[in-house]
Amino acid sequence: MEIIVKFLEKNGLVFAFLVVGLIIYLSGIISDKLTRRKIPASAIAILAGLVIAYFGGVYSGGEKGIADVKIFSGFGMLGGSMFRDFAIVSTAMGASFLVLRRTGWVGALSLFLGIVLSFLGGVSVALIWGYRDTISLTTIGAGACTYIVGPVTGAAIGASSDVIALSIAAGVVKAITVTIGTPFVAKYIGLDNPHTALIYGGLMGTTSGVTAGLAATDPKLVPYGALTATFYTGLGCLACPSILYLLMRFMFGG
Amino acid sequence: MIIYGVAILAFCYIIGQLIGEFLGKLIGVDANVGGVGFAMLLLIFLSDWLHKKGYFDKSTENGILFWNQMYIPIVVAMSAIQNVKVAVSSGLIAILAGIVPVVICLLTIPLLAKLSKNTKPN
Repeated sequence: MEIIVKFLEKNGLVFAFLVVGLIIYLSGIISDKLTRRKIPASAIAILAGLVIAYFGGVYSGGEKGIADVKIFSGFGMLGGSMFRDFAIVSTAMGASFLVLRRTGWVGALSLFLGIVLSFLGGVSVALIWGYRDTISLTTIGAGACTYIVGPVTGAAIGASSDVIALSIAAGVVKAITVTIGTPFVAKYIGLDNPHTALIYGGLMGTTSGVTAGLAATDPKLVPYGALTATFYTGLGCLACPSILYLLMRFMFGG
Repeated sequence: MIIYGVAILAFCYIIGQLIGEFLGKLIGVDANVGGVGFAMLLLIFLSDWLHKKGYFDKSTENGILFWNQMYIPIVVAMSAIQNVKVAVSSGLIAILAGIVPVVICLLTIPLLAKLSKNTKPN
């Protein structure tokens, strides 16, 4: 047993290939037999990934889902930002440059609206919950953008660590909601073409949520959503601790 | 050769991400600004140019398409390493602060899509 554990630990990435392959195979069967392909196999596989992450986190007490369980440490590499971004870039091969160019200004507008609306949404929830100090409100609002914007903003303006943790949690909930929700709402919001996918990426902004959600909806839309979403976190880190924080100070004092 | 495709992809990735890093430094934030986006644009231009020059054969293209196909498995692995536990255990405020913005933004999508379609030249 010890030999096997050690071996799998050492060959983590290859073992992760095998396990992910199995997850996708089983998801395909579930999609076929139980849902008659109403829910795509990739959506089930991604959802299974989230469930596995939950149990991995509970079992190990760590922060990186299943990757904190030693024999599954290869998941950290396969699902990490390097492989993710590398694979996202490769999807650009199928993207149409004409569509991209035509979306220019609305892409920028969707990014701007996406950051401001998410921020305000997060601030409103924090207000209802009784938070009144500007720093906590701003940090939670930033966390509603993405789970990177939250802690970056919180650290910049000096938020307490429990508020920063809360902002990270809000960002993770957002990523999960977008991942799970996208295939279900796609029909109702007209998310079936590259143009809307670009707007969607800019409004939602969470790269992991947007790309996973679009992959489960229609893989052809991934490059368009990813293209705008990739600017979101950077712009959020720029806007939240500066201009949005100043506006908040203006409104709530401090 | 398949490695040429992988190398072209790696070239675009590295240049694009570096631009994103420098752009982040330039505007003074501790984050990569649009690195993946720049890499994607570079790949679109480069593959188009190589196609026209005739340097882009089937096996070179396969080097890129392989990663394209690996995308969903990688996303599955990515969701398996999210901090789902903290999201579930942080209570209602974190859950609402995550969901409310999503709902607001979802409602905005049809509006923006309509707005931009009306002003399109064709």
